[in-house]
Amino acid sequence: MASANDERGFTQSPAELFEVSLVVNGVPRTARVPARRLLSDVLRHDLLLTGTHVGCEHGVCGACTVLVDGVAVRSCLMLAVTADGAQVTTVEGLTRPDGTLSPVQQAFADCHGLQCGFCTPGFLTTITAALEENPQPSETQAREIIGGNLCRCTGYQNIVKAVLRAAELRAGELRAGEQRAGELRAAGVQAAELRAADWGTGQSRSPADSEAAS
Amino acid sequence: MKPPQFGYSRPLSVAEALADLAAAAPDGKVLAGGQSLLPLLNMRLAAPAHLVDINRIAELGYATVDDGEVVIGALARHAQVLADQAVCRAQPLIGQALALVAHPVIRNRGTTVGSIVHADPAGEMTAVLALLGGSVLLEGTGGKRLVKAKEFFHGPLESDVGPDELATQVRVPVLAARAGCAFAEVSRRHGDYAVCGVAALVELDDGGGIRRARAAYLSVAGTPLVLDLTEAGADVAAAARLAMAQVAPTADIHATAAYRRHLAGVLTERALAGALAHARERSGG
Repeated sequence: MASANDERGFTQSPAELFEVSLVVNGVPRTARVPARRLLSDVLRHDLLLTGTHVGCEHGVCGACTVLVDGVAVRSCLMLAVTADGAQVTTVEGLTRPDGTLSPVQQAFADCHGLQCGFCTPGFLTTITAALEENPQPSETQAREIIGGNLCRCTGYQNIVKAVLRAAELRAGELRAGEQRAGELRAAGVQAAELRAADWGTGQSRSPADSEAAS
Repeated sequence: MKPPQFGYSRPLSVAEALADLAAAAPDGKVLAGGQSLLPLLNMRLAAPAHLVDINRIAELGYATVDDGEVVIGALARHAQVLADQAVCRAQPLIGQALALVAHPVIRNRGTTVGSIVHADPAGEMTAVLALLGGSVLLEGTGGKRLVKAKEFFHGPLESDVGPDELATQVRVPVLAARAGCAFAEVSRRHGDYAVCGVAALVELDDGGGIRRARAAYLSVAGTPLVLDLTEAGADVAAAARLAMAQVAPTADIHATAAYRRHLAGVLTERALAGALAHARERSGG
């Protein structure tokens, strides 16, 4: 029988610990955990990233939603060992390095999309991923996007508004980024410098955008 | 609300997975998307001794159209299948049903084959498999077997998959020419389990009359119920009465038996009318 340290990791001992490596919000992190440890608990208890909230722990409330390799998933319905090797974005990773709020965070502040804030991390991550897929949602689509997240304070109306506002802010940011790239290009700045100068919107830009900018 | 303890392995191939399942039998369990299994573990409703995590077997993450059938691999996520235009064009009922499976975030992770193997009588994809007469390919260390939908579902959360077997793919026929389909359901909130749901399939004859009409029902029996409603012809109200006479739902905290029967009738009308319109549209009026 193989030890837990090989790739396949067959173990019939529940006490066996697994080395789990994740890149969380751009930072490589590791934890030694039993197979039964949920991704939500590794984030909160092992890595002390308590921004990810845990509500129901059976996939109903959506508070624990994080992005795994860019895809929104319930971290309470994923074993940390399954996520081994993945890139994870939590709510802490949405804010820009300089402390500026992301478009979705700013929109929640602008539209009063939160009250107690318990469910908010799950909404922010869910909406961030959804706007990557559909940058201009209709109001109906905005409701579909947040359909799997529960909020007991707001009554959802302001959250729907925040989704639409976030789409506007995000589009504005992308336009500003492109405009700035155009100005730099006109000033004769080379492609490599241009990429280095790409401020903040880099993550959300498609390869095609980068091509156009270079 | 944490999972109980279990042994664990993450095989890199189907052969390794089968060896692990055989070693762990009869108390092993396959972990794919985990969107049904993890809640069961967290709520301690299930306590398998060993989990075989197939998420590393990338070769199982496919959905294709092959020789008149849609073939879906064990690791194809709902979202991936729903976004596959070739698959949803070949068998539109798949797309119609998947759009009603839970929420987008659950669909990102949950697998289509997994939800069929889970055999929840409220599961949309179990009804799709039953209505279309699809089949599930089961592999074990002893060999493969293809099980027809009719023999696959044994009861609520019970299917024909043996403890040492892995369901590697699901096959359903593509939608025939002059046929149409539709899915209708009622749930307390959008994305919740359906209180009742109906998938309908209608085939027209050359003259535009109904050659065959069938419907599959969610949440009214322990396994997906398929009814032949051909004798009602194009009269969807008559078909609804026929369906209501044949379903025997039970009551639970979500709905009374009478309400479920009522919904079976209403949703039969809606789904059949939708399937009929779809069939007429596909056969050019």
